[in-house]
Amino acid sequence: MAMPANIRNRLLIIAGLVLVSVGPPPLNMVGLGLWPQEVTIRTRGADGRMRDTTVERVPIKQGLDLQGGIHLALEIDQSRGQVANPADALERALTVIRARIDEFGVAEPLVQRVGTDRIVVELPGLRDPARAKQIVQRSAFLEFRITDMQNAFAGVIPQMDAALRRAGVRATGVSTGGVSAVEQLLGGDTTRGADTTAADSLIAGGALSSLLYQGSLPGEFLVPEEDFLRADSLVHLPEVRRLMPRGLELLWSAGPMSQGARSFYGLYAVDSRPIITGEQLSDAQAQLDPTFGQAVATFQLTRAGGRTFSRATGQHVNDYMAIVLDGRVQGRPPIIKGQIGQRGQIELGNASLQDAQDLALTLRAGALPAPLTIVEERTVGPSLGKDSIDKGKRAAMVGCLAIVLMVVVYYRFAGILAVGALSFYVLFTLGGLALLDATLTLPGLAGFLLSVGMAVDANVLVFERIREELAQGKTVHAAVDGGFQHAMPAIVDSNLTTVLTALFLFQFGTGPVKGFASTLIIGIMASFLSAVFVTRTFFLVWLHRRPGLAELPI
Amino acid sequence: MFRLFKDARYDFLGARRYAYVATIAVALPGFALLGFRGLNESIEFTGGTLVQIQARNPAIAEGGIRDALNQAGLQGAEVQRFGAPDEFVIRARLSPDVQQTVESTQETAAAVDTALTRAFGAGGYEMVRTEAVGPKVGGELRRKALLAILLSFGATLVYLWFRFEWRFGIAAIGATAHDILLTISFVSMMNLEVSLVVIAAILTIVGYSLNDTIVVFDRIRENLRKYKRHYMAELVNLSVNETLPRTIMTGSTTLVGTIALIAVGSEVIRGFAWVMTFGIVVGTFSSIFIASPILLAIERRWPGEDARGARALAPRGALTSPGPAST
Repeated sequence: MAMPANIRNRLLIIAGLVLVSVGPPPLNMVGLGLWPQEVTIRTRGADGRMRDTTVERVPIKQGLDLQGGIHLALEIDQSRGQVANPADALERALTVIRARIDEFGVAEPLVQRVGTDRIVVELPGLRDPARAKQIVQRSAFLEFRITDMQNAFAGVIPQMDAALRRAGVRATGVSTGGVSAVEQLLGGDTTRGADTTAADSLIAGGALSSLLYQGSLPGEFLVPEEDFLRADSLVHLPEVRRLMPRGLELLWSAGPMSQGARSFYGLYAVDSRPIITGEQLSDAQAQLDPTFGQAVATFQLTRAGGRTFSRATGQHVNDYMAIVLDGRVQGRPPIIKGQIGQRGQIELGNASLQDAQDLALTLRAGALPAPLTIVEERTVGPSLGKDSIDKGKRAAMVGCLAIVLMVVVYYRFAGILAVGALSFYVLFTLGGLALLDATLTLPGLAGFLLSVGMAVDANVLVFERIREELAQGKTVHAAVDGGFQHAMPAIVDSNLTTVLTALFLFQFGTGPVKGFASTLIIGIMASFLSAVFVTRTFFLVWLHRRPGLAELPI
Repeated sequence: MFRLFKDARYDFLGARRYAYVATIAVALPGFALLGFRGLNESIEFTGGTLVQIQARNPAIAEGGIRDALNQAGLQGAEVQRFGAPDEFVIRARLSPDVQQTVESTQETAAAVDTALTRAFGAGGYEMVRTEAVGPKVGGELRRKALLAILLSFGATLVYLWFRFEWRFGIAAIGATAHDILLTISFVSMMNLEVSLVVIAAILTIVGYSLNDTIVVFDRIRENLRKYKRHYMAELVNLSVNETLPRTIMTGSTTLVGTIALIAVGSEVIRGFAWVMTFGIVVGTFSSIFIASPILLAIERRWPGEDARGARALAPRGALTSPGPAST
């Protein structure tokens, strides 16, 4: 028996939808469907080289809660000073972070702006949050600055003490006495002891001077680790800053250094104008220093940068030069022995080679235009993600099976048609997820299960109507037509209101919740298609085959 | 043929007083508890640090973890078994009177790690999940969640106004607000943790409950056209009865899905599944017992003036009359 045109067209449309959902080649080329695709993943090997691996997989993105990884939300940090144009700074920071993550080698990272003032970074598969934060957050602003060769800062310390005394800041109990302490902390190094006489006058009980020990280099002071916070707050007081000699700035060392049995922070008075900055850097690499076995980051300047650098270093032979990264002095400032050209290196103390690699990477990718602060951080281990997937799949399977059973027992033959349509629903939903590049999250899996229940709802509405129509004594044909027709307004209204609420969830939700909303929206559209269009087509085909049917097993 | 509630003629409107009593009976204890101890908000809203660990060493238990944290100076952290016997969640929330910064929430995660390593050794456990949320983000999320609920209310109201008329819109929103209030009461009674995902569940209940109510209202609208000479109250009761098989069937199938989530789903999603399950029960209840009485109450106060001219209310006391005989 020949199919009437309307049934044939319906079957063709269903075939088309299936094709789009599955997306065999060449359809998958334009991003359609669930056909496994080749995905290239760049990762960094243990030796620091980038390596490309290609895998085949179904193109549905999994959220961090399912595959494990790190989620960071960052904002521009204005707490330490106003940033002139935050919107612009954020935009540039986005580019820099993208470049860094690319160099870092993470499979399918996500770096995007959220709202007007936030950057969200998602790094699937990564396990070490501390390292990820370093890479993303480090400003990587490199400067070279000459230290205070004239000891101008040391000269104003007494005035600073006096100003602090007037402001009511008192010295806390001074722990040690005089020169001996200084000698002790410098390990009695007499060759560098030329400045220790100056220390005498410093430790005289002033609020500031009692915390500072003169270091062995010009412009270097040492602050015991336990006094670091107090000293830091003192040097930031306006009374102190006002007295700072023109053209000088105070910078802390990157970390505490141990001298003998105690740890000290270095406080360096340096020129406020750097002789060169990292903007003129063309390359940076990590290396193990062959002489000491220490990790160092070597860098190369651009041609113009090299010229500037060699001129500046030529003028400052025998001066000390602080290498400043993100406002902190790295290591102890080395002495300039002669002109330095395009190449140089940064010593990192007892840092690992990986630290040096990370530093080189951030230097290469460029400095952040403004400091960033992390406002939210989430890490999900891969085992937890896998556990969630396994349990989610099991729940989906059990749930679907129970639903199928209920529908078939209650609606018998019509129920079987509905279940058939339900399998199309699953296919359409997954295809829709792939097409819209939506992310499947754990709540998304729950949303999926929920929309299976709702997909059945449309069928239930139709079937109940058909039963009512049959009860009114209509023929099978008329009852089926009437059932679909009369159930339609209720199906449309209820689906639309659910989509409306899901849209708000999508708009205001983050991460997993967004995943839930998108799964729900796609699910509702797919359920409308399958429950109304596909089921009806099944009915039409079946009624067409049995024209004289008197009773409908529903 | 196997049919539930075939040709049902229950007097749902007559039972509305019992329904109100049931609602109050569920709502009161929950809200009393809410006033007493507040909602158990997740760190997403309060700000703070969450660390989930999986113990490899079977000797690790809540008490030992708490001791280890106290020794390291991390007082006041909550330690809770999470699903499996070897998984624990440690929460350090930001208290509102302590000025804490984002950095300190992240340091807390590191401090927990150090304290546990000292107590149980590095291989004794695995950190499977950490979350650190700054206070600013928490407040922002709270605002957004509230906004999402209110806006979705507004949008549905407008939609229903457009599709039906304002009386139906208000009644549907009323029934949905009833469901949300009862769900919040349920969350408070069970002391479930209110996370973003639970908010998502509540919003889904908004969708589901509206869905359910609309199917009934749709039938009322249809019956209003069909039976022009009948009292509104009778029509409403008839419509609820006619849609009853569908209401129960859909409620059950959806419930089966969420119960499956509770039974075999992962612990992370369990709060969501509980809220959804309760919400579906309440949503079904309200579309039968709550939405229609509200619609009638509005109709009584502001009677509909429509062209059909036959939308008369039942006289007082006649609400319990049986529905119209079928045509």
